[in-house]
Amino acid sequence: MSVPAYRRAMPQRYRYEAGKCKSCGKIFFPPRLICDACKSREFETITLNREGVVKTYTVIHVAPSQFVDQAPYAIGVVELKDGVSLLTQIVDCEFEDLKIGMPVRLEFRKISEDGKAGIIHYGYKCVPI
Amino acid sequence: MREVAIIGVGMNKWGELWEKSINDIFVEAALEAIDDAGVDHLDAMYVGCMSGGLFNGQEHLASLLSDYLGMGPIPATRVESACASGGLAVKSAIIEVMSGNAEIVLAGGVEKMTDVSGDQATYALATAADQEYEVYQGVTFPGLYAMMARAHMHKYGTTRKQLAAVAVKNHDNGSLNPLAQFPQKVTLDEVMNSVMVADPLRILDCSPITDGAAAIIVCSLETAKKISKKPIVKVIGLGHATDSIALHSRSDLTSLNAVKLAGERAYKMAGKTPADIDLVEVHDCFTIAEIIVTEALGFFEPGKGGPAAESGQTARDGKIPVNTSGGLKSKGHPVGATGVAQVIEVVKQLRGEAGKRQIEKARIGMTQNMGGSGGSSVVHILEKI
Repeated sequence: MSVPAYRRAMPQRYRYEAGKCKSCGKIFFPPRLICDACKSREFETITLNREGVVKTYTVIHVAPSQFVDQAPYAIGVVELKDGVSLLTQIVDCEFEDLKIGMPVRLEFRKISEDGKAGIIHYGYKCVPI
Repeated sequence: MREVAIIGVGMNKWGELWEKSINDIFVEAALEAIDDAGVDHLDAMYVGCMSGGLFNGQEHLASLLSDYLGMGPIPATRVESACASGGLAVKSAIIEVMSGNAEIVLAGGVEKMTDVSGDQATYALATAADQEYEVYQGVTFPGLYAMMARAHMHKYGTTRKQLAAVAVKNHDNGSLNPLAQFPQKVTLDEVMNSVMVADPLRILDCSPITDGAAAIIVCSLETAKKISKKPIVKVIGLGHATDSIALHSRSDLTSLNAVKLAGERAYKMAGKTPADIDLVEVHDCFTIAEIIVTEALGFFEPGKGGPAAESGQTARDGKIPVNTSGGLKSKGHPVGATGVAQVIEVVKQLRGEAGKRQIEKARIGMTQNMGGSGGSSVVHILEKI
């Protein structure tokens, strides 16, 4: 991953920053420049609620090379309490305990790395509450 | 707007074509389509290709391929919409003829995927998902569709066996298609016990990595009537729509809104309903995709796609034959070519040239091509006149 691409996503990955439409209140993660609901272009920066529930999940057995050492690992779509959904790994959990509707919380974790001399990627993963 | 017809089709045997370049396989298919149509020139060309850059290190494909096809100066355009690139090339060609801007236009699609390693191919395909918020987390395409499958199972009770039934049916159809990459038949047990890729999807739920090309010749109905020596297939409907690329941005993980909207637009333009369609080629990149797509196109109620596949309603002798070609699953999935090949299967069926997999009295057929995890979709409806 390129350094600029990594750096520009840090506010979202490190601090869960999202954009809230000043006109209709819809929250966008990641932030956007125009609201698809009301077409307003005015946003305020907010911090996402870190708690939510699993909407769906899978266990990845055949992984991309960057994630091979982690496989098998669980990934899910999580809906946070403020209504925002995101895709994240589900960790600190036995696969057989995974279920739709399970409550989880986002935590700061290492995601992957670009080899020995590359960037170490950090971000959020979710853990069962 | 002018009426438009398809008068020529061409496609090579799909598979791991290591001895051939992207140029070779495209030109083979294009020449076959030109010969099939019996035309002596092209006025324009559209090429669907998802990622010549990542698979072959080659961009600027429109000029390159028109040059290798010996059509040098014609206006040539490459279109990209991930795995819907081929369908979009077909749509672009149809609209160019419909508008009156050109008379005879080639719509082709090509992908040469085995010039890179499996891991590099996985990376290239993953660019059809949201790089920064999906791929970053370690998800794969089977993973995204697996999450749709899980949600569909949870909401509607769709079963593992119903998913497997789609693969069994498509390989059965593909066994009758001499151009298919994997014409072997498979059993329910083989699918359900194959290697796990992303739970609940196994390797035999997934379409393969494929090299292949496909091409069709589009012209005005008026010209078709003058020059075509074969039954004429008219384009009566087209629809195209998009959705969020990121799966997590969708309100419903068990449906595909881009497919539904593209289908509705195509039905409206054609003045037809699902009951009028004699056969359909859908984008079964994974078994769950075929189930959800047949629901989105209105052939079955939401949640009924799984039971329909299991009970044979989508078989060649069922209520609506789905993927008589073998689909992406058995025929192969060279991403940029898939949407064009779907049109070829329907044209062959409507002309009565589908051999052992021929659907009797087929008059109206439909194709549905899809990009990414449903971020775009193109639908066409064709009728034999």
